[in-house]
Amino acid sequence: MNTILEGIKKGLMMLFSFNKEVYGIAFFSLKVSLTATLISVIVAFPIAMFLALKDFPGKKAVISFVNLGMSLPPTVVGLWVSLILWRSGPLGIFRLIYTPAALIIAQTVISTPIVLSLATAAFQQLDHKLKWQIMSLGATPLQLMYLMAKEARYSLMAAIIAGFGGAISEVGASMMVGGNIEGYTRVLTTAIVMETSKGNFETALALSIILMTLSYLATFWLTFIQQRRS
Amino acid sequence: MLYKNKKILKIYIPLLTVIILTLALFVTGCFKKEAKKEIILATTTSTQDSGLLDKLIPLFEQKTGYKVKIIAVGSGQALAMGERGDADVLLVHSPQEEEKLVEKKAVINRHLVMHNDFILVGPEEDPSGVRNTTDIFEAFKTIAKNKALFVSRGDNSGTHKKELEIWKGAGITDFEKASWYQSTGQGMGASLDVASEKKAYILTDRATYLAKKKKLDLVILKHGDKTLLNIYHVMQPNPEYIKGVNPGVAKLLNVDGAEKFIKFMIDSSTQKIIGEFGKDMFGEPLFTPDAGKKENDLN
Repeated sequence: MNTILEGIKKGLMMLFSFNKEVYGIAFFSLKVSLTATLISVIVAFPIAMFLALKDFPGKKAVISFVNLGMSLPPTVVGLWVSLILWRSGPLGIFRLIYTPAALIIAQTVISTPIVLSLATAAFQQLDHKLKWQIMSLGATPLQLMYLMAKEARYSLMAAIIAGFGGAISEVGASMMVGGNIEGYTRVLTTAIVMETSKGNFETALALSIILMTLSYLATFWLTFIQQRRS
Repeated sequence: MLYKNKKILKIYIPLLTVIILTLALFVTGCFKKEAKKEIILATTTSTQDSGLLDKLIPLFEQKTGYKVKIIAVGSGQALAMGERGDADVLLVHSPQEEEKLVEKKAVINRHLVMHNDFILVGPEEDPSGVRNTTDIFEAFKTIAKNKALFVSRGDNSGTHKKELEIWKGAGITDFEKASWYQSTGQGMGASLDVASEKKAYILTDRATYLAKKKKLDLVILKHGDKTLLNIYHVMQPNPEYIKGVNPGVAKLLNVDGAEKFIKFMIDSSTQKIIGEFGKDMFGEPLFTPDAGKKENDLN
């Protein structure tokens, strides 16, 4: 009980004293996870729209496969990405292992299936007639994409929030591909694990408060955009 | 209607290509910035968790201009990384395993750096009475006989290897399936927490125990045996060996950086810092510097 109270106190102090190291880690976590989410969105949205709106043989099988990706365990992603990025791995020459780029790659692999699956569902929920209606008004394909996305924006935002949540809260893969290097690839989750194993529960708890605050703020901001009247 | 969808496809494909190209550029940008001026150090959790590396690495970076990426894993994994060439230099404490790699010529330039010792800790009440045993082997025998709860790291680390060595020396077999033997598969710090919560016995290195002592309900029950020495060596992967196993990796090895790091670790001024480390916080140093000594002369 004492540890918890001490931790919360220390966490709040760290938050408001603008501890440089802690803010460095927090800002870096945010940067990595937002980049990963952004890439996921750019990759997943067009594919999701295609999957939802186009009929082709084996569509159900493809969608069920996409949904399966949602439950892709992050640790498995970490293992595979690190095996590939290690010097002895197929992409070893690029020297990516234990770099921020490796973190972004792993988090992107984790969040893309989440965004893809939820975005596909979002587009599928749209009334099919809407597509024909927009097209009959002479919209170009780009305009069609834009209007459809706008129509599905609530669910799409939810997809983005879920993708971001998956990325920033992830620890196993970040540890394996990033290596928890101080001032370089240390993110909030890996720092929490390390401080816990050192027995510095107060610091770990403090970092956890910062992590929760951050994810809450990011989610709040995304929700704000989601709920904004257009 | 279908041809309209094809039109959409026509947009997707260039769009995706652009994205992939941008990503590729981004990624190449990242690795170009990575100068050759960095080394990957694979080491054990104990050197990181004790805080020793936090003290030494900045000095090394300042002296040589190299950036050190510390990857803290168990000795087993660190040695495996070295054998594959995934690390440039190793700082580990698993002498028997290390010697195997030396014999295979997989690692070279191996030097003794420092030692501390392993200790058997457990609950203050000491339900099995291992305090009164003659040596560490007797202590382990007593634990097995009384089926007292024993927590193991079970993670192929140096500490885990040492523990297995002692079980073997005590003539105890089949312990790994016993209900009183629990393997956590985690690092030293986390395993100590488990042992403390469960009032179990556990073999630990002294440095991690001292660093965490305040938060643990565990006391030292057995120490000082020669078997319990915890000896750290530095070494680097042999470029010739790596060339044979994976020529692509050999080109990526930072041989010069590794040599500089090894030289730094056995340098007398570094050794002095190691000998002082921990005194201010724990009242006693966590490691004894040993550069230039022979492994057999340690006690």
